[in-house]
Amino acid sequence: MERPAAEPGAQPRANGCSGAAHGALRNGYVRGLPAPDTQIHHIVHNGGLYKKPFNEAFEETPMLVAVLTYVGYGVLTLFGYLRDFLRQWKIEKCQNATEREEQKDFVPLYQDFENFYTRNLYMRIRDSWNRPICSVPGAKVDMMERVSHDYNWTFMYTGRVIKDIINMGSYNYLGFAQNTGACQEAAAKVLSQYGAGVCSTRQEMGNLDKHEELEKLIARFLGVESAMAYGMGFATNSMNIPALVGKGCLILSDELNHASLVLGARLSGATIRIFKHNNMQSLEKLLKDAIVHGQPRTRRPWKKILILVEGIYSMEGSIVRLPEVIALKKKYKSYLYLDEAHSIGALGPSGRGVVEYFGLNPEDVDVMMGTFTKSFGAAGGYIGGKKELIDYLRTYSHSAVYAASLSPPVVEQIITSMKCIMGEDGSTFGKECVQQLAENTRYFRRRLKEMGFIIYGNEDSPVVPLMLYMPAKIGAFGREMLKRNIGVVVVGFPATPIIESRARFCLSAAHTKEILDTALKEISEVGDLLQLKYSRHRLVPLLDRPFDETTYEETED
Amino acid sequence: MAAAVGVGQQWVLVEMVQAFYEAPAYHLILEGILILWIIRLLFSKTYKLQERSDLTPKEKEELIEEWQPEPLVPPVSKDHPALNYNIVSGPPTHKITVNDKECINFASFNFLGLLDNEKVKNAAQASLKKYGVGTCGPRGFYGTFDVHLELEERLAKFMRTEEAIIYSYGFATIASAIPAYSKRGDIVFVDEAACFAIQKGLQASRSNIKLFKHNDMVDLERLLKEQESEDQKNPRKARVTRRFIVVEGLYMNTGDVCPLPELIKLKYKYKVRIFLEESLSFGVLGEHGRGITEHFGINIDDIDLISANMENSLASIGGFCCGRSFVIDHQRLSGQGYCFSASLPPLLAAAAIEALNIMEDNPDIFQTLQGKCKRIHRALQGISGLKLVGESFSPALHLQLEESCGSRENDVKLLKRVVDYCMNSGIALTQARYLEKEEKCLPPPSIRVVITVEQTEQELDKAASLIKEAAQSVLN
Repeated sequence: MERPAAEPGAQPRANGCSGAAHGALRNGYVRGLPAPDTQIHHIVHNGGLYKKPFNEAFEETPMLVAVLTYVGYGVLTLFGYLRDFLRQWKIEKCQNATEREEQKDFVPLYQDFENFYTRNLYMRIRDSWNRPICSVPGAKVDMMERVSHDYNWTFMYTGRVIKDIINMGSYNYLGFAQNTGACQEAAAKVLSQYGAGVCSTRQEMGNLDKHEELEKLIARFLGVESAMAYGMGFATNSMNIPALVGKGCLILSDELNHASLVLGARLSGATIRIFKHNNMQSLEKLLKDAIVHGQPRTRRPWKKILILVEGIYSMEGSIVRLPEVIALKKKYKSYLYLDEAHSIGALGPSGRGVVEYFGLNPEDVDVMMGTFTKSFGAAGGYIGGKKELIDYLRTYSHSAVYAASLSPPVVEQIITSMKCIMGEDGSTFGKECVQQLAENTRYFRRRLKEMGFIIYGNEDSPVVPLMLYMPAKIGAFGREMLKRNIGVVVVGFPATPIIESRARFCLSAAHTKEILDTALKEISEVGDLLQLKYSRHRLVPLLDRPFDETTYEETED
Repeated sequence: MAAAVGVGQQWVLVEMVQAFYEAPAYHLILEGILILWIIRLLFSKTYKLQERSDLTPKEKEELIEEWQPEPLVPPVSKDHPALNYNIVSGPPTHKITVNDKECINFASFNFLGLLDNEKVKNAAQASLKKYGVGTCGPRGFYGTFDVHLELEERLAKFMRTEEAIIYSYGFATIASAIPAYSKRGDIVFVDEAACFAIQKGLQASRSNIKLFKHNDMVDLERLLKEQESEDQKNPRKARVTRRFIVVEGLYMNTGDVCPLPELIKLKYKYKVRIFLEESLSFGVLGEHGRGITEHFGINIDDIDLISANMENSLASIGGFCCGRSFVIDHQRLSGQGYCFSASLPPLLAAAAIEALNIMEDNPDIFQTLQGKCKRIHRALQGISGLKLVGESFSPALHLQLEESCGSRENDVKLLKRVVDYCMNSGIALTQARYLEKEEKCLPPPSIRVVITVEQTEQELDKAASLIKEAAQSVLN
């Protein structure tokens, strides 16, 4: 909070105002641009790698907006200090939970700054998050009405239910979050037979026939030799990366990778270097340097190099440049770990994820990871790959040894929904869902752009970030949309860079055209109200966040 | 004065010039050479800098060409004991079918037998009908369901704490809770027998870790004293260094109970916070199943944070932390496994709520379990070749080899034969599995015997005598 207010000079770097020409040189793979020279640029660089146009645009932050955003944070911080001062002198009532009297002389449990942010900024707009719902998280949800009489310090439930809110927030890409139909029936049957839990780990007494069935199906779905499923998506990353790499290995990780990948990388003890988001030059430079220079200090060559990328980045809506990543990975003999948490089911003509989207061979990705939370409407995660890899994980994965295995009814939900996507249930329903999602995505994104919003990401990505920038607009957008019966996700610092607060829509195959049109109409209205239509349609649309030549490095001791 | 000095200097100069004329030629030549030498020394580099080692692009390419990475994973031998899992067909309940053999289950942590409970199943079914399976989002983004709020409230009420927070995975609970508070530079005193989830949480926190000997309060106090004298040397640092003790109620790896009353004394003496992991003791110990605090009759507010998973007694999935709001609420923004993961499927939360109902309605269930634990604990004494480890009231006991036969690998194989023998005669057992290279203090190989309320006295006796028989035939 204090940082941006203290050094406004950092602003041109942070929002990528360093010039379009600059960006085009470094990150010049964007296709389908109005400017013909950039088009040529693309062709020169990527010849045959892409089989279809790769439209990914990031409009840069208008300078005025950036400045105002910083001013906004500055004002908030000032008021924060003022109110903290008042609280200290007991002029204003402090509503924080407090330490026990007996433990007042202990070292404080958490840091002041975290507290400051929570008390003075997050608390003002806290009602935009953790909204409790009480129905299926489908295209429309029912929400529990809650009010706060003390500026969000506490919430009271009125007991009323707000019905039929259009759900633009859940990751229900293919619409399998249902409480009727084949999936629910199958899950109900398994639930009555097996019960809800497992009460053991895979390696001890928790390896059910259902798990084996699921894993065979996943392998078939992904087109890999073998697969393994885990009880939690987050833990799939954080508990398996440490099994794959360790000391003396190098991890190259995209700067916007999910917290679970970051945690897994840290727990592994390997050296971590970060490359710029989806920036292939940055990745190649790191790869080349790593192999040429070897490990720092000891100068030994790296044992192995693992590249961590995601299929769709959940905050940017961008799609990984997989063809280029694979080309680089092959050239530099490194291994590729692809996290398809958001892309599995949501991309590709038959929902097989980003590999299919680009028409690539799944064998070229060493570790195919994904989750069941999103497209499959269940919970958990998987890893697919060569048989040797999965055998190794079955033996050494932290999850297989120490954590409870997947709940049987959840397994059944995955099996049924996956079979449906594959068309093995004898219907074309799954395929239609995949197509519907792709259509919804294109339509929704195109309309939003036409309205003049700044929209990030790839035109085929069902994750659609709409830029809000200013901190006050985070809360305002969330509330105004809810007033109009639309549930949206808004995100600000620390999940995004400090000035790039945004709203995020997740499209679903369950959204009908009417639902989308209603949503679009309301979004446009709120957009006018809050003056969110920032776009100048100046699509020199490269995401050129600051790119200093130094690499961030993290070594675990 | 100035003039006098000037005259003096002049005289010195004159003398020097005179001496110059009078000096012999060889002397002058020698001096000249010396002066030149000094000049040379002054202007030449004393050592040669290494040649700049910039590689040409071609050399770089050769290096890249030359580099051969290790394979992504080393091959696993086909008969690795951990590679080939038992296959359980059908539900993993009291009667279990393992590798096509019907057995009585002495391996799953289904202490209260709630996995098979019709009421629990019905509650889960009702929830499934209302909400479907998945939540399709993290708690922050429309992944908070009314059942989650209800479960949190119920857990807090059950444990008699201010607040509870649920996680969607048991392992992630303590592993996320620790790094939410303990950061780089903080100090954590931890029992060396702590389970793997605690170890990972500590690693993620990057704090200073001080291991004390298992359940050894003298050793812990020694470390605390050491730290105290360290703090006195550097009081400024000490004022910002948080200190924690992390212990388990009942130890997963040993079946021992932690000496909580002594720990509380140390807590106030040295101003250290206590985090307690109760996955094994929650729903087992105490008159109402509230765990180790109730067992020892300790005010629960003296413990800063209690964490447990819902995968054992509650027979669901996930985990929870409870304590005062001041402590717990912090995790809602900084517990990684809470913020960044999809929330618990509602049907599992509903199952946990119903399990809590059953626990509240039938408090004698805990007495029954205790009785059974004690019965088998007695019956398993004095098996030749096997040593019983764990408290008499622990629902998970370890049978270790009295004498190792040399290598861990062989010990594991030997114990596997005991397990197989029992499995063939209808008692399902398992060895406690560990990642040998990853554990901080690797426990010796053991067979874990898990006691549940569903096991009848005959079954308990049968299991004990069968294990005895197996030990005799395999080990002697």
